[in-house]
Amino acid sequence: MYAQLVDTGVKRVKGLDEMSPEERNFQEKIDAEIKIEPKNWMPDAYRRTLIRQMSQHAHSEIVGMLPEKNWLTRAPNFKRKLQLLAKIQDEAGHGLYLYSAMETLGADRDEEVAKLHSGEVKYSSIFNYPTQNWADMGTVGWLVDGAAIVNQVVLQRTSYGPYSRAMIRICKEESFHQRQGYQILLHMMRNGTEEQKAMVQDSINRLWWPALMMFGPHDSDSPNSAQSMQWKIKRMSNDDLRQRFIDQTIPQLELLGCTVPDPDLKWNEERGHYDFGEIDWSEFYAVLKGNGPCNRDRLRTRRNAIENGAWVREAARKHAEKHNKANAA
Amino acid sequence: MTEQQALFEYLLRLGDSGTILSQRLCEWIGNAPALEEELAIGNVALDLLGQARAWLEYAAEVEGAGRDADALAFLRHEREYRNLLIVEQANGNFADTMARQYLFDAWHYFMLQALCTSADERIAAIAAKGLKEVTYHLRRSSAWVKRLGDGTEESHAKMQDAIDEIWTYSGEMLIGDEADQLLLEAGIGADLEQVKQQWQAHVTATLAEATLTQPAEDSYMQTGGKQGYHTEQLGFLLAEMQYLPRAYPGASW
Amino acid sequence: MSDWTLFEVFVRSKHGLNHKHVGSVHAADAAMALENARELYTRRSEGVSIWVVPSKQITASSPDEKEPLFDPADDKVYRHATFYDLPKEVGHM
Repeated sequence: MYAQLVDTGVKRVKGLDEMSPEERNFQEKIDAEIKIEPKNWMPDAYRRTLIRQMSQHAHSEIVGMLPEKNWLTRAPNFKRKLQLLAKIQDEAGHGLYLYSAMETLGADRDEEVAKLHSGEVKYSSIFNYPTQNWADMGTVGWLVDGAAIVNQVVLQRTSYGPYSRAMIRICKEESFHQRQGYQILLHMMRNGTEEQKAMVQDSINRLWWPALMMFGPHDSDSPNSAQSMQWKIKRMSNDDLRQRFIDQTIPQLELLGCTVPDPDLKWNEERGHYDFGEIDWSEFYAVLKGNGPCNRDRLRTRRNAIENGAWVREAARKHAEKHNKANAA
Repeated sequence: MTEQQALFEYLLRLGDSGTILSQRLCEWIGNAPALEEELAIGNVALDLLGQARAWLEYAAEVEGAGRDADALAFLRHEREYRNLLIVEQANGNFADTMARQYLFDAWHYFMLQALCTSADERIAAIAAKGLKEVTYHLRRSSAWVKRLGDGTEESHAKMQDAIDEIWTYSGEMLIGDEADQLLLEAGIGADLEQVKQQWQAHVTATLAEATLTQPAEDSYMQTGGKQGYHTEQLGFLLAEMQYLPRAYPGASW
Repeated sequence: MSDWTLFEVFVRSKHGLNHKHVGSVHAADAAMALENARELYTRRSEGVSIWVVPSKQITASSPDEKEPLFDPADDKVYRHATFYDLPKEVGHM
């Protein structure tokens, strides 16, 4: 998802009878759906994993602004430009909500951002793909935000209070993003020229598989899932989330009159779900390792923004210092 | 020049200046010096774009030639654009952007304040709505001018350079022409003499507080934007902004 | 190390309601914190009033001490309006 492959550092999930009294008390709260709050006792691994997961999630929101920014200055009319700008602005906001929630665990935002810039901590693989035509603004909203929402709706019930509250706020604000994206595509398919329709199909062809990769590896290849599920910082498995996303997306795809580049996609009456083809996992891992088409560009942009802004932040701090002194005097 | 022609020109100037400055601010997205600034810059860009659309919608109606706000913004060439030269200047560093923003905001604020009492109700309404937003823009940009001016040695030098560089484009917004005069007499337009006095007082006070030196009063001022004579900066900006409507004529988005 | 100070943000959503904690922002000073909070937490006109407080200035009770701190109030039922049964004829009070 926005946080793929979060390492818990835990080799084996403990049963209640193997836990210390503190751990057991903690786990029993989680089992009873009682939220863990910042000053509650929590296992170090829980704290570390959450910081990693929330920072990855936040980084994804911030890096996720860039593929959309790529078309912001080329949006075709006032309406689309206003919508896209508002959406990108929300993403900056969502990144900040998540960093803010992360900081309640004692983590420092600037330190975590530095880990992003050094490549130590990842962000969602999807944002390493380029946006090559205007229809990508629709597809990103519909498929990428759509996939994110499937995950985030579930995370509203996550065990950590501040994370859960940030997710609730984000979900509320994000409801317009997916609709906005879908409407861009629908408008082009219904009112557009043949060229515009081809643009939409091309966009879906390029972004379909990367969108499915957002949910992360198969459950059988997710060594950290069991612990994250026990802690309820992950509430549904990767494969279940992916299936849910596909099931709800295909009817929308058909309404558009488009197809996805998967010859194996078909409704399975028996399962009550869509069957679909195998993801190219070598591509997923290559992108995760930094070899996607845009990894270097994305990181360079973010690094430059923060490095080039250092003198500005420093000036503001200095000004505040002088000002506070003057007030105190 | 008829009153209708003057009004059309006047609305284009307001609308085009908002459109172009918003486009410049959009270029900052993803590159701002702090995450909090991404939101602030986006907010100002969003406000200006909304105002620009309102001005151009009205301009299109006044023109009565079957064009709409989108056609005006996305299909006019640079010689037909009526924005102030100051807003088309490149972003430069954060101090350059804030110097440009502040000098424009101060003008924009007093301009909209004056237009709130326009005899043209539509103008008065757009101005009143915009004024609330611009009040905040001005507070923010003047705060940044002070922070950077009276911050570190480095930021002070950068801010002073920025003011010195952009200054030559700050006179145009205070100099009236035939359209300004005609609408002033009709009670529709703003009194630029009054706006000039208010602008100068605000700028002098802000620069002083920012420990910055105000450029000489007799500095040479570039003009022409309001009449469609632009710097070379505008053409590239429009090439980017108008790419889709021009590459796919007649397409609906 | 952090460039700027961390501020906790409290927003009053409507006149008459209390300020509610909504999250935090980074800022160089309190004035900037207010502006940043406005941008971040009231983009959809959620607020009419904002407070910002440097996070360091907040002293919080530990939720694990919830029992000694808050349980004593639990049996003071007379603090709550529903404790007082009144005859129906009195109507709404």
